[in-house]
Amino acid sequence: MALLDVQDLTVEFSTRRGVLRALDRISFSIDRGEILGVVGESGAGKSLTGTAIVGLLERPGRIAGGQIHFDGQRIDNLPPEPLRRIRGRRIGMIFQDPLTTLNPLYTVGRQLTETMQTHLRLSDADAQRAAIGWLDRVGIPAAAQRIDAYPHEFSGGQRQRVVIALALCAEPALVIADEPTTALDVSIQAQIITLIKDLTRDHGTAVMLITHDMGVIAETADRVAVMYAGRIAEIGPVAAVIRHPAHPYTDGLMASIPSLEHRVDRLRQIDGAMPRLDAIPSGCGFHPRCPRAFGRCTEQQPQLLPAGPTRAACWLHANG
Amino acid sequence: MAEPATLEAAAVSHLFDVSRPWLQRLFSREPRRTLRAVDNVSFTIQPGTTFALVGESGCGKSTIARLAVGLYQPSDGDILFENQPLSSVRTQPALRRRMNMIFQDPYASLNPRWRVRDIIAEPIRTFGLAQRPNEIQARVGALLAQVGLTARDGDKYPHQFSGGQRQRISIARALASEPDFLVCDEPTSALDVSVQAQILNLMRDLQQRLGLTYLFISHNLAVVRHMADRLGVMYLGRIVEQGPAETIFQHPRHPYTRLLLDAIPDLEQVGRPRTAVGGELPSPISPPPGCAFHPRCPLANERCRVEKPAHVWVGDVQVACHAVEEGRDA
Repeated sequence: MALLDVQDLTVEFSTRRGVLRALDRISFSIDRGEILGVVGESGAGKSLTGTAIVGLLERPGRIAGGQIHFDGQRIDNLPPEPLRRIRGRRIGMIFQDPLTTLNPLYTVGRQLTETMQTHLRLSDADAQRAAIGWLDRVGIPAAAQRIDAYPHEFSGGQRQRVVIALALCAEPALVIADEPTTALDVSIQAQIITLIKDLTRDHGTAVMLITHDMGVIAETADRVAVMYAGRIAEIGPVAAVIRHPAHPYTDGLMASIPSLEHRVDRLRQIDGAMPRLDAIPSGCGFHPRCPRAFGRCTEQQPQLLPAGPTRAACWLHANG
Repeated sequence: MAEPATLEAAAVSHLFDVSRPWLQRLFSREPRRTLRAVDNVSFTIQPGTTFALVGESGCGKSTIARLAVGLYQPSDGDILFENQPLSSVRTQPALRRRMNMIFQDPYASLNPRWRVRDIIAEPIRTFGLAQRPNEIQARVGALLAQVGLTARDGDKYPHQFSGGQRQRISIARALASEPDFLVCDEPTSALDVSVQAQILNLMRDLQQRLGLTYLFISHNLAVVRHMADRLGVMYLGRIVEQGPAETIFQHPRHPYTRLLLDAIPDLEQVGRPRTAVGGELPSPISPPPGCAFHPRCPLANERCRVEKPAHVWVGDVQVACHAVEEGRDA
């Protein structure tokens, strides 16, 4: 049984101008110890998927349909208090900006011990020891001294290391990492990716890695879900999605990324822009930009269909 | 006689005063503190080519962008635009209009209260390139068409456009003064990849059509590889490696260039095990002595810790590294 199972998740925002559907029947699952990458451009709904799973949607957003099961338990309809206990203890979170995750008024040691003692039965001395252990494991030098430092005394990369320690210290089964390296320079990004990969492998933690950077996904994830306009366009093993994309959007996305290996005269571009939520086209949301669209695409919305090793929401694959 | 270089920077340095206020300094007996954002940088950009500067945050690449269009005055060294000092270019509108800048954030660089046609018409009016209103309108319409928008889009306000379209408007505005030289400071960093491809293609098309010269600043090596003819890699205010872009990408010599190229996750490397390079960027206020990169460098030795490396030629590439000079880098 999958650790996380999301079925037909729909998220809507009620606004004065009507209801906007930001996520439209999203279904996917994550196995224990697996890293699922979620990739897409701004506004595709990837961060929203993460916040909906942990029940942190802000009003007027709400889950309008579907089910979320975590470790066999349905969590999308839980009251706030039991959900809060799952969040932090069983599901950890890493956000893009470490400064908004860390409390500037508490030492990092206090934030770590507090998190652990909220979720695990630990004496003060044990919690302190464990906190130093975590700082050490995420690569903070001289952890025993740095434990009493405040967040502003750390550099950006080190702060993100502290955030990773905070997310993992209660030993959750799933970590949702939303753009964990986007605010960092490439040389630091490489360190953080390695850290997330190593630590989650050692602890058997599953990861939902949300990012706009296909390169990060390529190196880190086992499977990847490509999102477009609130829907999953394609999902499958990373190597297959990158090398043999089945959805024209994935195909265009891959071709539009400039390569380090060789230089081309022109990048392939996808003309136009992703539609706004109040103007999502009928049928397949990608059809106005799709070079291979045909009649059916404008009328009928495709579900995820088997397409070789991956599954793609595209009528090109209607006949197997 | 050869055409003069479009832009030439000769031993340019730029210092920022980051001292605390005078009274506080007086009480705590602190000296003035300066940050050397750009340290003895030299490069030339030939007409019709793209020179790219790449580096991580705080390496000084945006400061160079501002120096190149005269928004900052260099603390030391000279910047020449077609053999004329930049300071004199600023006072000559006929020369001044020939250089322009495209900024990173298309949300912050367009006046939200102006219609797009007024935004684009401003340089035309400022430099007196057209006088009659219908003549100006025709020029604005042509500029919008050139960047893939329509003349009707001129009636709208910036907020009615997506990020990629706004960057097209910024480019149209930059082209309005009919420049030869454009400084592009991270022009696609705020955009999604599929839109980034549109803008990069547009910039290359315009370069070919209009013979533009670009100073292209980016932290993204893949984007730089796509755009650059020549490349400078910056670390803490210095250009550590400089030469033809293809040569540097094929055979990076400086250990920092190698680190950068290694650190970038690449699509063609699914599941690649990586050896992360340790260390972080030092503060530019107190850079390490000797070679600024030595604390992170796998090849550093005693000489690197005390002596600042000079640029040496390796083929047609200039590298500032003792290890490369001594042949210890193989």
